[in-house]
Amino acid sequence: MARAASPRRTLLTTLAAWSVALVIFFPVLWMILTSFKTEASAVAMPPEFLSADWTLENYETVWSRSDYPRFFWNSVVISVGSTLLGLAIAIPAAWSMAFVPGKRTKDLLMWMLSTKMMPAVAVLIPLYLVFQRIGLFDTKLGLILALMLMNLPIIIWMLYTYFKEIPGEILEAARMDGASLWNEIVYVLTPMALPGIASTMLLNIILAWNEAFWTITLTTTKAAPLSAFIASFSAPQGLFYAKLSAASAMAILPILILGWFSQKQLVRGLTFGAVK
Amino acid sequence: MGKIQLSQVRKSFGDVDVIPGIDLAIEDGEFVVFVGPSGCGKSTLLRLIAGLEDTTSGTIAIDGKDATHLPPAKRGLAMVFQSYALYPHMTVRKNIAFPLKMAGMSDAEQAARVERAAKVLNLDSYLDRRPGQLSGGQRQRVAIGRAIVREPSAFLFDEPLSNLDAALRVGMRQEITELHQSLKTTMIYVTHDQVEAMTMADKIVVLNAGRVEQVGSPLELYHSPRNLFVAGFIGSPKMNFLEGAEAARHNAATVGVRPEHIDIVDGGPWQGTVGLTEHLGSDTFLKVTLDTGETVNVRASGEVGLHHGDRITLAPQAGKIHRFGADGKALA
Amino acid sequence: MSTQSTRLAARLMVAPSVFVLFIWMIVPLAMTLYFSFRFFRLLTPERSGWVGFTHYLWFLNAPDFWLALFNTLALVGGVLVITVILGVLIALLIDQPVKGQGMLRILVIAPFFVMPPVAASIWENLFMHPQNGLFSAIARGFGQQPILFLENYPLMSVIGIVSWEWLPFATLIFLTALQSLSSEQLEAAEMDGASPLNRFRYIILPHLTRAITVVILIQTIFLLGIFGEIFTTTQGGPGSASTTLPYMIFKQAIVAKDIGRAAAGGIIAVILANIVAYFLMRGIGRHLDN
Repeated sequence: MARAASPRRTLLTTLAAWSVALVIFFPVLWMILTSFKTEASAVAMPPEFLSADWTLENYETVWSRSDYPRFFWNSVVISVGSTLLGLAIAIPAAWSMAFVPGKRTKDLLMWMLSTKMMPAVAVLIPLYLVFQRIGLFDTKLGLILALMLMNLPIIIWMLYTYFKEIPGEILEAARMDGASLWNEIVYVLTPMALPGIASTMLLNIILAWNEAFWTITLTTTKAAPLSAFIASFSAPQGLFYAKLSAASAMAILPILILGWFSQKQLVRGLTFGAVK
Repeated sequence: MGKIQLSQVRKSFGDVDVIPGIDLAIEDGEFVVFVGPSGCGKSTLLRLIAGLEDTTSGTIAIDGKDATHLPPAKRGLAMVFQSYALYPHMTVRKNIAFPLKMAGMSDAEQAARVERAAKVLNLDSYLDRRPGQLSGGQRQRVAIGRAIVREPSAFLFDEPLSNLDAALRVGMRQEITELHQSLKTTMIYVTHDQVEAMTMADKIVVLNAGRVEQVGSPLELYHSPRNLFVAGFIGSPKMNFLEGAEAARHNAATVGVRPEHIDIVDGGPWQGTVGLTEHLGSDTFLKVTLDTGETVNVRASGEVGLHHGDRITLAPQAGKIHRFGADGKALA
Repeated sequence: MSTQSTRLAARLMVAPSVFVLFIWMIVPLAMTLYFSFRFFRLLTPERSGWVGFTHYLWFLNAPDFWLALFNTLALVGGVLVITVILGVLIALLIDQPVKGQGMLRILVIAPFFVMPPVAASIWENLFMHPQNGLFSAIARGFGQQPILFLENYPLMSVIGIVSWEWLPFATLIFLTALQSLSSEQLEAAEMDGASPLNRFRYIILPHLTRAITVVILIQTIFLLGIFGEIFTTTQGGPGSASTTLPYMIFKQAIVAKDIGRAAAGGIIAVILANIVAYFLMRGIGRHLDN
């Protein structure tokens, strides 16, 4: 609904909008700036902006002295793994609900969403015990399963809204053309829904990457991803501001970049197509 | 071969009988049009034949073999959808080759068949484009191409021209008719447009509320509609219906006269006043309010110098008056 | 609109999802329910037995419980109010003709992608820290005593941090919704003599209803489970001032190692979530149809 406006008004609104945006972004910016300062400079009073001692040392320290690469790798495996596994289960389910809807389809979708409302702490202990019993505790596979199940309702919902936009006639045409159900999904549905599947994937990688309950409670060291790493890092505070910032920056940058690319789809995805 | 036999085919969605029970025989090589107002069940009937829907009861036989429970792919039929249903991520070539690929045909055979179909449909120069880059008419041709490469025993068309503009529709109509003449394959064509039905069909099936009202050649339906519904549905402009005294004079509950069967003559039995006039050059359409209060449409050929408010007298042509009983059925 | 065989295939294909989600929900829930009636402490594993409703009564009689319940609702409600109101205002501002809207969106959305432990630690250490934080520096710059955010206003601080994380999400959704509003509608209202305020009240706000509903639904789902932020910053303290129901249960389980008691708390949390969910689903279901 953008409309033509006078240059003066545009200037004013531009200034106001940029100020607000910078305020919102400032904590991230400040963290990134701090990550390039020496520890002394990071805690200097009054705070140093341009006069600070700049250094790359923090990144080196975090990278070499901590197990950052392992945490990073765990994050990648867990978030990508849980997303791919989730997609494999969700694509057939979303196909069913989008193209062969029944009377209960809407209820089923709502039920799936409602499983996300279950407070995680309520089921923490049983899950903890079950995971220890069957050897999934502190393993990547265990976290992949847990995060997949946690995000499955969202994956199904998102795919459902994307699939809904594909005309059923095209799938029927494929059926008339002799395609089996498998061929129909592989050759027709998936390529047509690829943009939707990609943004579902992206958003779920982000959600899994940032998850900070199961990743903290179901791991100790071996399978801990970056979220657990940061949570543990923040304990000895005060003296390690710059290093903490560097570690934080390294934990969020990959996802920040992915997120910026996917922000348009994010709205559609997370609102289940209700807002476009 | 493409003989399709429906016996007592019934379809209900829940408690609603969409098709209460239809018997119909479609002969090999026939061009059959299912026509009727929207919601009359014509598309459902086509989808039953295609195998995209289950019949609730009854049997569908194709070439003498029971196909009621066969999946769509196994029936040997091809379908052209209203939205064309082209695969947007495939080129025209791949779209046309898709059914062949699904049938496991060799690449060389696929290429040869696509080539042949493209030639027939004048699609040679578009083969490497995607559906999104084509006009409506071209997309339509691709959809037909995808249907003909399989050499099916019958083609099913589901309102294929309704997304085209008026001029293109006439052209495509002729192309499909010509295609039928050269392929001589059974075609079943669904439309709500009676003009398409009249111009294309060997045999028209008029459907209303899931029931077959009448089956016959276009001219049979035009000259001897079996009931009020068919009389009113076939023919354009619509047949005029008169009740009351005029009908009683012919011993009927209702009489119908087509606009083209009313002459403007001095001393005719009906007096009236001209209301709306439409001068098309070749024809003139008049809306006349009779002194009895009823309105009739008149189609006069050529140019007629009548205008709003003129008094005229009309005469229905002898032998062109259709008589209907109180139950709506035509009287002999 | 399909054949029996496709319907059968559809059921088979939806079955794995339903099955795993059902297991994921029912097995832990059943175990929690079982534990909630048992004596089960990790420190004294030899003692066990049925205890009836003892754990539930403990929760209902604990003063901390009602505080935690209040804190939970205050956290969810507070964040919803802040993000919806600020989100609408910021979205209205960014939707004006401004230079560099694309870059603006990127800056505004950034906090959403920051993982909760990082967000919490940025605020705790770089901003709210009484000695080294930026806020204390500002306060001292004005000759004031630094505010002890996490000590004196723990719940408010947590609400502030969580709002910062979710504000971008709300803003982005409202912005998207605003951009789908046709300018012709607004121009027609202007022609009809509606003041800017009236245009907001009668055209823009009704247009945003759906978006606001969705924001409330999605955020509630995530906010009910807020954990990482509290774990990283206040640990529920001082005392129980910022302890929410989830965090209280977590403390019983992990700190006190009283599984039975934590389980009873879990069941109470499930009941609470179901009450919230019931009302949400009813409200949302209506808006999400069509």
